[in-house]
Amino acid sequence: MTSTLTPVRSKRSALTKGQLPKYAPYVVLAGALIVGAAILALLGFNAFGWGIVSALLFAIGLVSWSAAVEGSRKAKDKLATCLVVGSFLVALLPLVSVIWTVLVNGVPGLLTPGFLSTSMNGVTGVYDNKAVEEGAPVVGGIYHALLGTVQITLLATLISVPVGLLTAIYLVEYGNDGRLARAITFFVDVMTGIPSIVAGLFAAAFFFAIVGPGTKTGAVAAVALSVLMIPVVVRSSEEMLKIVPNELREAAYALGVRKWRTILKVVIPTAISGIASGVTLAIARVIGETAPILVTAGFATSINSNVFGGWMASLPTFIYTQILNPTSPANPDPSSQRAWGAALVLIILVMILNLAARLIARVFAPKTGR
Amino acid sequence: MTATSLTSTQGAGRAGDKVFSTAALAAGCFILAVLFGVALFLVVQAIPALTAPAAEIQGGEGFFAYIWPIVIGTIIAAAIALVIATPIAIGVALFISHFAPRRLASGLGYVVDLLAAIPSVIYGAWGAAFLAKEISPAYNWLAANMGWLPIFQGPASATGKTILTAGIVLSVMVLPIITSLSREIFLQTPKLHEEAALALGATRWEMIKMSVFPFARPGIISAVMLGLGRALGETMAVALVLSSGALTASLIQSGNQTIAAEIALNFPEASGLKVSTLIAAGLVLFIITLAVNMIARWIISRHKEFSGAN
Repeated sequence: MTSTLTPVRSKRSALTKGQLPKYAPYVVLAGALIVGAAILALLGFNAFGWGIVSALLFAIGLVSWSAAVEGSRKAKDKLATCLVVGSFLVALLPLVSVIWTVLVNGVPGLLTPGFLSTSMNGVTGVYDNKAVEEGAPVVGGIYHALLGTVQITLLATLISVPVGLLTAIYLVEYGNDGRLARAITFFVDVMTGIPSIVAGLFAAAFFFAIVGPGTKTGAVAAVALSVLMIPVVVRSSEEMLKIVPNELREAAYALGVRKWRTILKVVIPTAISGIASGVTLAIARVIGETAPILVTAGFATSINSNVFGGWMASLPTFIYTQILNPTSPANPDPSSQRAWGAALVLIILVMILNLAARLIARVFAPKTGR
Repeated sequence: MTATSLTSTQGAGRAGDKVFSTAALAAGCFILAVLFGVALFLVVQAIPALTAPAAEIQGGEGFFAYIWPIVIGTIIAAAIALVIATPIAIGVALFISHFAPRRLASGLGYVVDLLAAIPSVIYGAWGAAFLAKEISPAYNWLAANMGWLPIFQGPASATGKTILTAGIVLSVMVLPIITSLSREIFLQTPKLHEEAALALGATRWEMIKMSVFPFARPGIISAVMLGLGRALGETMAVALVLSSGALTASLIQSGNQTIAAEIALNFPEASGLKVSTLIAAGLVLFIITLAVNMIARWIISRHKEFSGAN
C-alpha cells in the first residue's frame, strides 16, 4: 500500500507546485494576530483596533505571499475573497454593536420595578432629579406606550389585512394581467417606497381636511401605518397565492364550485401559512415606525385607551421623546434609562414577531407529502 | 353562448361571486385611490405655504429659499449612506451567494435581514449615544490632517453629531435592502455562464467579473436606487443623530438638515402656516422619492424582460 501511495503523492506535489499550501491562511492569520498585537501594544492596546490591524495585515500578507508564489491572477482572487469576507464582517459590526448597546443600557431600565405596569403620568423632572441626586428609585414606565403601540398596530392591521388580501386576490384571481392589474402592481411597488414620514403627513393632512386642523389620535396613526403596511401585505399575499397549484382550482371548478367559494375554501386555506407569516412580518415592520406616529398621534404621558380621541403614546415615540426631550433636562440619565428599556422591549417585540412569522410559515405549511 | 346560459340558470352563489369579485376590485382601486389621495391631500394642504407671501415663511425669504438647503442636506446624507453602503452590500451579497459554504448561506442571509428588522428609532438612539461618541476622535484626526479638503474642514464637532455620522447610520439601514436585492440577482446568474467561465480556467473572482457582474449590473443599479429611496426618506436616524443647522460644506461640523428630520422635529409643535410649510416639504420629499423609486422599478421591469429571453 505505502509503496503505491508514495509515487502518487509525489505526482500530486508536482501538480500543486506554484500553489500556496493548505495551511497558508492559518499561518498568515497567526502571524497577523501576533504582529497586530505587537503594533497595538506600542500604540496602546484595544481589542477593536487589534481586530482591524490584524485583518489588514492578514489580507496584505496572504495576497503578497500568493502574488509571489502563485502569480497575479491568483493573488487578485485572494484579494477579492479577503474584501468580500471583510465586508461581511464589517456588516456584522453594527448589528452586534446595536444589540449589545441596547442590551447593556436597556436591562437596568427594564428591571426597574413597575417599568412595564406604570405610565409617565405625573412623573416630572423633580422625581428624576431626586433619583440622580439622592439615589431614589427611577419612577415611571412604559405601560401607556405599550398599550398605544398595541392598539395602533392592531387597528392598522385590521385596516390593511382585508384591503391587502383582497387586492392580492384581485391581482392573482381576477386581474388576468390586464391594464388595471398592471397599474395596481406598479403603484403597490411605488407605495413600498413612500417614506414613512410622508405616510404620516398624508394621514395628518387627510384628517386635518376631514375632521379639522390639529386632529391627532391613535386612529390617524393607524391610517398612516396602514399606508405603509398595505403594500407589504399585498406583495407577500400575492406571492403566496401565485404558488397555489392551478390543479387545485381546476379540481374545484370541475366539481361545480363557484369561484368565490373556491377562493375562500381552497386557495386561501392552502396559502394561509404564507399569508399569515407575511402579515406578521408586516406588523413587525410597522410596529417600530416612529415618524408617522410622531406627526399623527403626538405623544402622551398618561394612559389613553381610546384610539379615536386624544393624543396617544407609543413605544417608538416614547424612546424618541425621552432621548430628545428628557423629563428633567438637568439630569437626563433617568430618561435615557427609560428610553433604552423601551428600546429593549421594542427589539424583543420585533424579534418575537419575526420568529413567529418563521414558525407560522413552518407549522401551518400545507402538507404536500403523500 | 352555452357557457353564459349554464351559469345564468344556476341562481345560488351567483350573488356571492359578484360580491366577492367586486370587493376584490374595490380593494385594488382603493390602493390606487390612496396613492392618489396621498398626492392630493399633500398638495391641498401645501398650497397655503406655496402661495403665502415670502416674508411669512420660516426664514422670511419664501418657500424655495427655505426648502433648498434641506433638499441639499437630504441629498448629502443619502449620498454618504450610498457611498459607504453600496460596496459593502455588494460584498456581503457576493459572500452569501458565491463565497459562503452552501449550508451557512441561508442562515447568514437571515442575519443580514435582522439588520433590516431593527426599528429605525433604535438605530437613531444607537447613533446618538454610541457611534457619535466613538467616532468623534476620528473627526478630530480628519480635521487636523485632511482639513484642506472643504468637506473635512475643521473645527470638528465635539459631540460627533454631524451629517457624516447620520450618513453612516443611514448606510447601516440601507445595507440590508441593497444586500438582499443584489443577492437575489446574483443567485439568478445563469449557472452555465459561471461554469463556462470556470471551465476556461478563470479564478472565482474572474468568473464573478466575467459572468455575474455583467448579468447583475441593472439589478445592482436598481437595488442601489431603492436603497437611495429609503435613505432619502429616513427620518429618525437623522433626527436623533444630527445636531442640525445651516447648510455647510463640512461633513464633520454640526449643521445641515434633511427634509424628513426637519418635519419630524418641527411638526409636533407646529400650527397654522408652519404646518403647511412642513407638509409642502413632505410633498417635495414625496416627489423626489417617487421619482427615484419609479426609475428603479423601471430598470427592474426592463431587466425582467431581457432576462426572461435568456
